[in-house]
Amino acid sequence: MNTIYVLWLRQLKRYFRSKSRIIGSLGQPLLFMVALGFGFGPIFQKAGAGNYMEFLAPGIIAQGILFTSMFSGTEIIWDRQFGFLKETLVAPVSRLNIMIGRTLGGATIATIQGVIIFFLSLLVGFKPTSFFSVIISLVVMFLMSLLFTGLGTAIASTLDDFQGFQLIMNFLVMPMFFLSGALFPLNGLPKVIEVISHLNPLTYGVDGLRAALTRASHFGLAVDFLVLLLISLVILSLGSYLFSKIEI
Amino acid sequence: MSEIIEVKSLVKKFNGFTAVDNISFEVKKGEVFAFLGPNGAGKSTTIKMLTTLLHPSSGKMMINGFDPVHEQDSVRKSFGIVFQDSSLDDELTAYENMDFHGILYNIPLELRKKRIKELLNIVELWEKRNLLVKTFSGGMKRRLEIARGLLHHPKIFFLDEPTLGLDPQTRNQIWEYIKKLNKQEGITIFFTTHYMEEAERVAERIAIIDHGKIITQGTATELKTKTQTKFLEDAFLALTGRGIREEEASGIDLLRMRRQVWRGGKK
Repeated sequence: MNTIYVLWLRQLKRYFRSKSRIIGSLGQPLLFMVALGFGFGPIFQKAGAGNYMEFLAPGIIAQGILFTSMFSGTEIIWDRQFGFLKETLVAPVSRLNIMIGRTLGGATIATIQGVIIFFLSLLVGFKPTSFFSVIISLVVMFLMSLLFTGLGTAIASTLDDFQGFQLIMNFLVMPMFFLSGALFPLNGLPKVIEVISHLNPLTYGVDGLRAALTRASHFGLAVDFLVLLLISLVILSLGSYLFSKIEI
Repeated sequence: MSEIIEVKSLVKKFNGFTAVDNISFEVKKGEVFAFLGPNGAGKSTTIKMLTTLLHPSSGKMMINGFDPVHEQDSVRKSFGIVFQDSSLDDELTAYENMDFHGILYNIPLELRKKRIKELLNIVELWEKRNLLVKTFSGGMKRRLEIARGLLHHPKIFFLDEPTLGLDPQTRNQIWEYIKKLNKQEGITIFFTTHYMEEAERVAERIAIIDHGKIITQGTATELKTKTQTKFLEDAFLALTGRGIREEEASGIDLLRMRRQVWRGGKK
């Protein structure tokens, strides 16, 4: 318990101390909301698909969560390079608890980040349906955060240098974001894109947030929630296994 | 005195390359023991196996009566370690680094506070306890790591090249702390180094390691008597056929060796 707490606390302290990281990571979502939201809004409206900001905001919140959690997960690479990982690995505590603490820490940060982006979206005109829907969306946010922090941890456990990190960003994170339905509806897509987006876990996160916040959804909240939960369990188990195998 | 570290026929292979090649040695309780050898000799690999970070390919180890392969937690509670590279969290303060270590090792709050204050005072960092570690110099970081490694009252203290990259003054200072702790707390010290004078000055017994093998072990005096040399540096040269800082023997080393032979040294 102590182990989990202390590693969680460490993540949070690091997060709140690095003001530039917080502000820097908010720039991109804000830009997306302003540029895409206002830019594509009129076309979206003309096509009869409704208010684009309503559609886009949950997608951008999901994007913020995706980026933050993957980054937290892959922090293992940093810790390996700069040594702190060794300090935890020689301590008389179980690897599973180290992994749980780190993942909860990363997921908490990503959820906070999601909440901040949610508030930003209110500034540019997003309106959630009710206060209760915001509470539901928090649950979805945390579940997504767990999933992607776990995914980052799992991948980073098998990498030992920074080069791998760029690879993850370009070949995993960016495609996941663009092919998740965060920016466009999933109806009437070419078959290939449709298949890929259905295999993409972020799709269910985006859809879940949309379901919670705006009551408009492709799969329905229950399906989204179940899929996210299932993938999270699989990925967290895999991550724990890979993390337990790290040798320095 | 009894043995607190026992190693028998220890081997570590990485994809066919033998990093540690059938080494055996013992370290007595309360002793200061040095592993002396050039970079890449297998010193760090040995420490990693002793401290449960790597699994050996074969061989037996006992740390404080426990087996590092099968009794990891008991072994981990028995030792403190200072790694070759810093393993501090730069984004945390000195105090937080100590405190987190104390929590990981399950030290009760009151005892933790007392011990942190005591140790930070010894390494003269108490005044700087609330500064972020990233603002520290290399020597301060090393001192903090030493204090942190001792927080949970380990029986054995491993130091992997503890003075690497530090200036001579800081090096002296660090050895003063370590010797003081060895005397005050009776901790067994196991350190690796490639500085001859450190091994000679600080260690009670020295094992010379090269290409993964222990070439010889004993007190500095024994090593010099054995090779009929006056300085540990010459003894090392006589035993390994080369100076310590070169990976391969240079022309000068060969000349020096010939001189040894002429003077009637062994080898």
